[in-house]
Amino acid sequence: MININISDSATKLNSLNRRMFILATAKIIILGGIVSRLFFLQVKENKKYLTLSDKNRIREWKLPPIRGEFQDYFGNTIAGNFEAYQLHIIPEEVEDFRYVIYRVKELLELSEKQFKKIVKKKNEIKPWETLIVADNLSWEKFSKINNHLYDLNGVKPVISISRDYPYKENFTHVLGYVSQANESDLLTNENIKEKFVPGLKVGKTGLEKSFEQKLIGSNSVERYEVNAYGRRISQLAFQKGDKGETIKLTIDTKIQELTNELLKEKAGSICVMDIYTGAIIAMHSSPSFDPNSFVFGISQDEWQLIRNNPMKPLVNKSLSGNYSPGSTIKPIVALSALENEIIKPDFTVQCKGHKNPLELYGQTYHCWKKEGHGFVNLREAMKQSCDTYFYEVARRLGVDRLSVTAKKFGLGQKVFKDVFENEKKGLVPNTEWKKNALGRNWVLGETIITGIGQGFIQTTPIQLCLMTAQIANGGYKIYPKIVANDDNQYADKFTPLYKKSRNIKIVQDAMFSSTNEVRGTSYRSRLDDPKYRFAGKTGTSQVKKITERDRELDLKTFQIPYEERDHALYVAFGPYKSPRYALSIIIEHGGSGGTVAAPLAKELFKMIVDRHEIRKNYDNKKYLDI
Amino acid sequence: MYQYRRFNNKNGFFQKFGNLDYILLSCLLILGFVSLTTMYSTDGGEILFHTRSHFIKFVIFFSMMLVISFINIKFWFSLGYLSYAVILGMLIWTMNFGITASGSKRWIDLYFLNIQPSELMKIFIILCLAKYFHRMKAQHVNSFYSICFSLIIIFVPMSLVIIQPDLGTSLLIALSGIVVLWFAGLNHKYFFYSCLLSIISLPIIISFLKPYQKLRVLTFLNPDRDPLGAGYQIIQSKIAVGSGGFTGKGFLKGTQSYLEFLPEKHTDFIFTLFSEEFGFIGSVLLLLVYSIIIYRVIRIGAISRSYFAKLFCYSFGTSIFIYVVINMSMVLGLLPIVGSPLPIMSYGGSSMLATMIGFGIVMSAKTHSQQSIA
Repeated sequence: MININISDSATKLNSLNRRMFILATAKIIILGGIVSRLFFLQVKENKKYLTLSDKNRIREWKLPPIRGEFQDYFGNTIAGNFEAYQLHIIPEEVEDFRYVIYRVKELLELSEKQFKKIVKKKNEIKPWETLIVADNLSWEKFSKINNHLYDLNGVKPVISISRDYPYKENFTHVLGYVSQANESDLLTNENIKEKFVPGLKVGKTGLEKSFEQKLIGSNSVERYEVNAYGRRISQLAFQKGDKGETIKLTIDTKIQELTNELLKEKAGSICVMDIYTGAIIAMHSSPSFDPNSFVFGISQDEWQLIRNNPMKPLVNKSLSGNYSPGSTIKPIVALSALENEIIKPDFTVQCKGHKNPLELYGQTYHCWKKEGHGFVNLREAMKQSCDTYFYEVARRLGVDRLSVTAKKFGLGQKVFKDVFENEKKGLVPNTEWKKNALGRNWVLGETIITGIGQGFIQTTPIQLCLMTAQIANGGYKIYPKIVANDDNQYADKFTPLYKKSRNIKIVQDAMFSSTNEVRGTSYRSRLDDPKYRFAGKTGTSQVKKITERDRELDLKTFQIPYEERDHALYVAFGPYKSPRYALSIIIEHGGSGGTVAAPLAKELFKMIVDRHEIRKNYDNKKYLDI
Repeated sequence: MYQYRRFNNKNGFFQKFGNLDYILLSCLLILGFVSLTTMYSTDGGEILFHTRSHFIKFVIFFSMMLVISFINIKFWFSLGYLSYAVILGMLIWTMNFGITASGSKRWIDLYFLNIQPSELMKIFIILCLAKYFHRMKAQHVNSFYSICFSLIIIFVPMSLVIIQPDLGTSLLIALSGIVVLWFAGLNHKYFFYSCLLSIISLPIIISFLKPYQKLRVLTFLNPDRDPLGAGYQIIQSKIAVGSGGFTGKGFLKGTQSYLEFLPEKHTDFIFTLFSEEFGFIGSVLLLLVYSIIIYRVIRIGAISRSYFAKLFCYSFGTSIFIYVVINMSMVLGLLPIVGSPLPIMSYGGSSMLATMIGFGIVMSAKTHSQQSIA
């Protein structure tokens, strides 16, 4: 009806316009959506995307940090840095890798084996990682490469900073060495992981490892703008890293060198310590090796040679060599007996020699001297190192009371706490320990041999040195240190370790007699000049039990197979009139302490006392400077 | 009356000239200028291949649009079915003798230029359907016959494009067609049911998608799934837009594009580069230019006398709106990545040609707005 009036096209137009209106509204809403999305991305989240964009375009290249140095007490560099000439290739940037690598091989006169190693390395790394073709080139070869650079597209001659140990094997066991960081270094040390760049050298042993955090320094950073394919477009910034800290040690290089000299061709250790400050003056373990050969990776042959050496150059004997102290324990036994008032200095025992040894529960205990020492008091027994006397003292003292004194003087625990990770604790046995560790009861015979430093008791050379130092300084507790400005603030520093200071005096005097009086075990090694005169105690520790047959044969040291020879020990302090330094010497399988170890002390004390003046002046000068 | 008509015929050319929509023309010129500067930026601040080629194409096709403006709208009406058939023929030709590039057969070689018929179809399907519905009586629009026929008109080119394969363009063709159906007055319930049907059948459709297309959908849902692979484009695009900030990084200073982090920066992702360099302000202004263009197109439709011109203008305007929205939503991470260029801004001859033909017809509708079509 109404439809009749409305034409067909008008209906169509009506619907068209109505629908246009609906759609226009929808369009405005959608446009609003797009604008709000733009607002969200560009205004609200702008910061986030700006950082993402910078992350895209800016890439940082870390350069290896420059490692801190080690200095001796007088400021001489004992582990420094030198410029190593290296050759780097980034395989990705080389057009014709085969050609370039053969050309390099020709120029550097690489052997077939070295060449294969490089090619193998190339296949292991990612194409954009740096391939170090040569890490320590001579100047001639380095300049040769530089002259042919036009032909070697993509080869980069690099001058890099590398570790240098100018004193070679002298400080190896103190400092340790550095080498390429490997996977386990990265896993165990966050700091290394963070600063890692290919070719980074990190400490593997010794102080180099312990002080890694301080030594490592910080990376220099080059910041580049890169494109989507990682190609560098322009350098934006260079941020110079800090060199690692310089660490100053208490060691005197001259004395350290002497210890190396004295231990040449021998297996053993020498430790020298300031008895008041605990400063380590020298600490050497022999045989040693040249740490420089580890810096760029040691060759397999050289490594096998070091590893298979029967004298064990890789073991730091000063810290991780566990030895029976032998007679060097006698000062502690005597002190313990005096302190516990078991004996008086005039307590006398008759030593009857091998014909009439001490017998206990069917076991016999011999003195070292065949003829016996006759009637000896404490001083004589120390002087001549009479075993029979100390068997008796130990029997009366008992191992528990002995162990208390021994521990007080630093045996049975780590001397440097955590500074060296390879330091051993040694062992001071007592009845409780044996019950717990071995599940058996202590027997008296074990007490008796502990009295002459055999049996379970184990000490490291540095412990013996500390023990001697604490006897020498009048019985006061000290904390050894090897880093010069490490002012260890322990509350119990210098607390007396004795009950009666007279007892310490008695032991000191007995040690003096052992070196400076006729019939003393190290009388032949004495220094007569009062300025240098020192007091000491020899020790000869058995590696294997002496049988009746051995006793009858009475072989000379050189007639016994090397492995079965006794260890020679010597502990000493000096100068006697006003003691300042203590030392311990161990020669593995050297024979008797009196003939092998003590003569070294004579050489050492001459130098130690002379160097003391210089050290003192250096100290004073330092104060004047301030 | 007679006098008027004679006068009209005599001064026809000048009359038409005066009847041109200058706001629309200047907006198109602004857009052309913006697209050229952006292209100049994608070439890294030099006049290289893309800039030069885009400039030439813009000049040629813009002039062509002006020429079309003076052709009577009746001519385009009469050409409606024929042009559709020709383009359909070209699509079939493409299927057999097309040029294959990056895995799909989209172009035919016309010796002097390579043409992408699927882009032209976006316009000519509107023309064809507009003519179809112009002739139809209102009560027949919703008849079974007409719906079937119009759906066939849409489905044939769509499936020809899908097998190229080119999902993006085929969807845009379908959308253009559906827009005409909507304006023609097809019952709302059909749209509602087909929407429902497509949502329900979505999982089935997805299972028919090619692996790379499936990947795009998954990537859209979570771009961080594979940041260096499939998600790379959308992540980098969002970074570029987001880092542009309020005022942008400045002309020729878009690091994302300059350092080649942006993919397809000449074509589908050109807005990203523009947005990075000119920021929120620039992007909104660009949107404003597009809005004015679309508004003018629809206004021309509103003042046209003929139903055909109205239908074409409305549908064309809405299609341009859809192209812009889909392209922007895609680069802003609101939609999955489908190949869809930004009209006039993106590099690409066929797209430019099709768009300019469309504007030409719209302009012709303006100059002949008093013309009625029988």
